[in-house]
Amino acid sequence: MSDRTPNGTRDVLPDEMRELRALMTRMREVFERGGYGEVYTPALEYERAAARGEATRASSPYRLFDEHGNVLVLRSDMTVPIARMVASRFRAAPTPLRFCYFAHIFQGVRPRRGQSRELLQAGVELIGAPGPQGTVEALTLLCDALEAAGLERFKVGLGDVTLYPTLLRSLGVDARDSETILGELALGDFVGVERELARLRMPDADAELLLRVPRMRGGSELLEGLNGPLHDAGTGMRELLGMLEPRTASRVIFDFGLVHSLGYYTGAIFQVYDPAYGMPLGGGGRYDDLLAEFGRPLPAVGFGLDVERVHIALRAEERKRG
Amino acid sequence: MAETPANMGLRLAVPRGALLTETLDLLDRIGIDTAPVRENDRRLLFAEQGIITMRPSDVPTYVEAGAADLGITGKDVLMEQSERAIYELADLGYGRCTMVVASQAGVDPAADALRRLGVVRIATKYPRIATRHFHESGRQAEVVEVKGSVELAPLTGLVDAIVDLTATGTTLRENGLVVREQIAECTARLIANPVADKLKATAIDTLVSRISA
Repeated sequence: MSDRTPNGTRDVLPDEMRELRALMTRMREVFERGGYGEVYTPALEYERAAARGEATRASSPYRLFDEHGNVLVLRSDMTVPIARMVASRFRAAPTPLRFCYFAHIFQGVRPRRGQSRELLQAGVELIGAPGPQGTVEALTLLCDALEAAGLERFKVGLGDVTLYPTLLRSLGVDARDSETILGELALGDFVGVERELARLRMPDADAELLLRVPRMRGGSELLEGLNGPLHDAGTGMRELLGMLEPRTASRVIFDFGLVHSLGYYTGAIFQVYDPAYGMPLGGGGRYDDLLAEFGRPLPAVGFGLDVERVHIALRAEERKRG
Repeated sequence: MAETPANMGLRLAVPRGALLTETLDLLDRIGIDTAPVRENDRRLLFAEQGIITMRPSDVPTYVEAGAADLGITGKDVLMEQSERAIYELADLGYGRCTMVVASQAGVDPAADALRRLGVVRIATKYPRIATRHFHESGRQAEVVEVKGSVELAPLTGLVDAIVDLTATGTTLRENGLVVREQIAECTARLIANPVADKLKATAIDTLVSRISA
């Protein structure tokens, strides 16, 4: 058993490593040009630091003790460590702060999925820049980095984590039922959403709206004629769209059903899709409350890309182009 | 009209076996020509139509990886493979079956085993559904996975009860087994790859609305 790597981890050999390096170099140039200096934080953090950002999200699956009995965790994302770093090392620094990273994160594996335990993430955090300007900057950087990486056909799905919960509340669905419905939505089980809505015996028109909204995804035509409880979300997204350069706007698709399993997101969220790969390449969003947990309340936005998935999609696109 | 998933830019995974006929009937009803699939028992890939055929339990694998944009399979398969990152878009209503716990008629050997041994032995083709069901109902179970006829297992003393899918209950009855508990109702479901669902939204919505009409 000692001659193979643990499930969900692997060795990277020179041919692949050269390609990954080249890809990351091209992305890093885009980040640096945008004023995002690269940082690296420890793979190990004290559990109590990591736990601050973890109130509502899956905690790191790997824990160990140091020689003093402190509990250490392997980082499961880069956003929480960078939030900790900003609050301690940039306590009084003028904002906005811009950082990029290329680092390994560690996650639990679900059985039978061939998922990675250790994955290489490329991303940025823009701290102290509220929406929509900050969101526009992050989206622009995301698209520029993917284009620099060499991807031609990717799209970025743009949603808002508050949209559907707000809609549920405005139609009088209580907190517990909302949680159940959001749970079905996070699983992608639309049959389950329909079943739960039927159970609530709400007016047909309301149930129909709650069923239709998470299926709304597409171009800017989606933002026309939104009224009632969707009016604000539509206005927000139209404003954002209006601030994007055409090259970025052409990459954006709107997605009212976008929900995220990470609990710290507070507003706009995005997810990257490429037709050459069956799973999202990465994602991000606004997390305006997380920094306050570390004692320096600042609005923030960021994204992370799975470098290996970007590489796989790039190869698939290249092969298709021939 | 000879519309196909292919000329809508889609690839659909169709289950062979018990769900095949009703699936093809459904596709015929919404104007998709399935004659080539009906005529070719052994071919698996129908590129012209944008249809691929496979075992029902393989459908989530192809759809999750994006090798098919859409697929049709049983809810039993989806429950057993609940970790798959796929969207479940519609309940197609046909292929109705029930996932049950069954044991030999008479005094329930499963209840007896639980009372006297503290653990019940269960044979099934659905180890994860069985494990979850007994765990959630607070009973200890030792789950034995079998590939073939599950009904044989309790008759030979291998296990105390089985977890299996039944449509009419005939096979259970013929083997002297009775249903003790119902776990879930299962029907055919339409599933989608999450990335295709975003990037091919119009084509997928068109197909879903025709299917649901």
